[in-house]
Amino acid sequence: MDFNHTEERRMLADSLRRTLARGADWATLAELGVLGALFTEDEGGFGGQGFDIAVVFEELGRAGSPLPVVEAGLAGGLLADCGQAELVEQIIAGTLRPAFAHGEPGLRYDHGPIRTRYEDGRLTGRKSVVEGAEGADLLVVTALENGDTVRLFTVAPDAPGVTLYTTPSLNGGSVSEITFDGAAATPIGGHMGLVENRIEAATLAVCADALGAMETARDMTLDYLRTRKQFGIVIGKFQALQHRMADVAIEIEQARSAVINLAGHLHADALARDRHASAAKNMVGRVARLVAEEAIQMHGGIAMTEEYALAPVSRRLIAVDHRYGDEDWHLERFIRLSA
Amino acid sequence: MDLNYTPDELAFRDEVRAFIKDNLPADIARRVGSGEPLTKADMDLWHSRLNAKGWLAGSWPREFGGQSWTAVQKHIFEEEYAAAHAPRIVPFGVAMLGPVLQAFGSKAQQDYYLPRILSGEDWWCQGYSEPGAGSDLASLKTRAVRDGDHYVVNGQKTWTTLGQFANKIFCLVRTSTEGKPQEGISFLLIDMDTPGIEVRPIILIDGVHEVNEVWFTDVRVPVENLVGKENEGWTYAKYLLTHERTGIAGVGFATAALDSLKRIARTEMNHGRPLIEDPHFAARLARIEIELMAMATTNLRVVAGAAEGKAPGAESSMLKVKGSILRQQINDLARRAVGPWAVPFVSEDLEGNIYHPGPEYSARVANSYLNNRKISIYGGSNEVQRGIITKAILGL
Repeated sequence: MDFNHTEERRMLADSLRRTLARGADWATLAELGVLGALFTEDEGGFGGQGFDIAVVFEELGRAGSPLPVVEAGLAGGLLADCGQAELVEQIIAGTLRPAFAHGEPGLRYDHGPIRTRYEDGRLTGRKSVVEGAEGADLLVVTALENGDTVRLFTVAPDAPGVTLYTTPSLNGGSVSEITFDGAAATPIGGHMGLVENRIEAATLAVCADALGAMETARDMTLDYLRTRKQFGIVIGKFQALQHRMADVAIEIEQARSAVINLAGHLHADALARDRHASAAKNMVGRVARLVAEEAIQMHGGIAMTEEYALAPVSRRLIAVDHRYGDEDWHLERFIRLSA
Repeated sequence: MDLNYTPDELAFRDEVRAFIKDNLPADIARRVGSGEPLTKADMDLWHSRLNAKGWLAGSWPREFGGQSWTAVQKHIFEEEYAAAHAPRIVPFGVAMLGPVLQAFGSKAQQDYYLPRILSGEDWWCQGYSEPGAGSDLASLKTRAVRDGDHYVVNGQKTWTTLGQFANKIFCLVRTSTEGKPQEGISFLLIDMDTPGIEVRPIILIDGVHEVNEVWFTDVRVPVENLVGKENEGWTYAKYLLTHERTGIAGVGFATAALDSLKRIARTEMNHGRPLIEDPHFAARLARIEIELMAMATTNLRVVAGAAEGKAPGAESSMLKVKGSILRQQINDLARRAVGPWAVPFVSEDLEGNIYHPGPEYSARVANSYLNNRKISIYGGSNEVQRGIITKAILGL
């Protein structure tokens, strides 16, 4: 039994934390090894295990980074699965940023059925709430081949027949609705099983990101409770607030354990992995909301303002529940998998 | 025990319903229902239509231009217009300053200001909170120093809702530092055009400009703008905070929001079926509806008490805590209901247009969820309310 991260992972987390605190662009992330940490040695990286993903995304979440690393890891993983070693090499080097276009209107959080079609070398259909598509170098797209089998395709986002409609994201980056109207695409093979595997890894990434963001919200709230005075004393001396803060701390530790469980089972058999993914995502969705709401309430009015640094953290924590399945979606799946 | 309205009250309800149906523009109702911000022109239009009917300040006494509504009539009116997605009546003049002037203002102040509130000539905002005086309002520091026939005001107010539209502000200011903090506060009426006043916008977490900071630098205010007596402003402020607080539960708003939520849940699909049929979601919805049914009656019990002449005191704290949590839970469920459509996060552009890729009902669900975190903070946070309940009702 050992709940310590390896020396390499601790070093990566430390350097990442220091660099992100100063602000980091995509090239800097690549230099630090963030992208390499998402791929196994076989794929050309130096990580790719559950705890590599957990360490990296916890720091990205702690710093509130708006960069679409989850999506690059997901799309890049699928490219690796499909033998696109050259593209993966560019991703790890930071010179190619891919995004993954999979969800469609009406699917809610389900992974299918996919309606986008690939016929005669061209894609037709609509992908919905795609994170990080704006400014991406390459889109990895799921579509039906021969009308019945989901396969993977790559498309240039600026190719004729591709239209992006982009808005800001609750999460801090951007999301796009993408319309394919006979856009030329390259088939790279693959199947839904690979997509499911990579979505579980992305779910871990989002959970770990939330954990970092929760700790940021907790620390900001603690600082405020220690300094804000009302009725002549710091408000952290009020027992009603102390006890609520204690509950927040307990819940964050529970969420951390759930994320550890998932990271440790990411490469276990699919049933064990998916149960832990749903357990973690259900709990993280619930706790992230609790932490955001309590942080706002205990701060009071100041936390309602855009100017105060908690605002993007709160939005990020609420957005967690809308990415890769919400509390109820994962509760339902957990029940099904436990039957 | 009789849970029904009297025939007179039912007739009044029907009259209110008919009036709103005939007078509330559909576009305004749509925007209120979807949580979009309203323009000043929208709010002015609704106020003037209510005023033409004599219902803008229906619970004011007749002598001041109101209808002398009973607590039950006022309740019926508030429930009906909220359920119809009518805009909230901007409370600062009608619900806050008006009753204070009626109780404590001079004849000259009543004669001058009250008609201007009704006509919309004056748009009032509230200068209470300060950066260092939130829950502990009595610690406020904005100073008013007497200089001949003027007060000279220096300081900063914050969370001034819709101050960008206001031409007047009523302020709590410190006129004495002797004794307890509550004993040195005065209630001043200030013209926003007075030199030395600066309004700075505060953008909220949902991207909306709803509140402001108001800065005062050597602002000269005529002494006749003092309400009541110097250093007794705290009494008037407390009166304002407990007067006619039966609407504080927001049952009408909650009912309207629950209706909107159900419409969303009937339209959104989950695994190919309407979301409202999903057992987890249906259970969440049912728990809220059960709470709201009880809340409506808790609220009516306080209203009935007020109708019998019992001023709602600490009971309004109970209504505020429960009512705010319930409304926030409905906002939270709406956020869940729209699924991934909560992620595109869009504020209005400079022309007030909103572009959101999802269904129209989803466009501002995340914004409303975030914005309504305020309702358990403002007007005395829920922690302050629980403190009042603990002392005044439970005697602990």
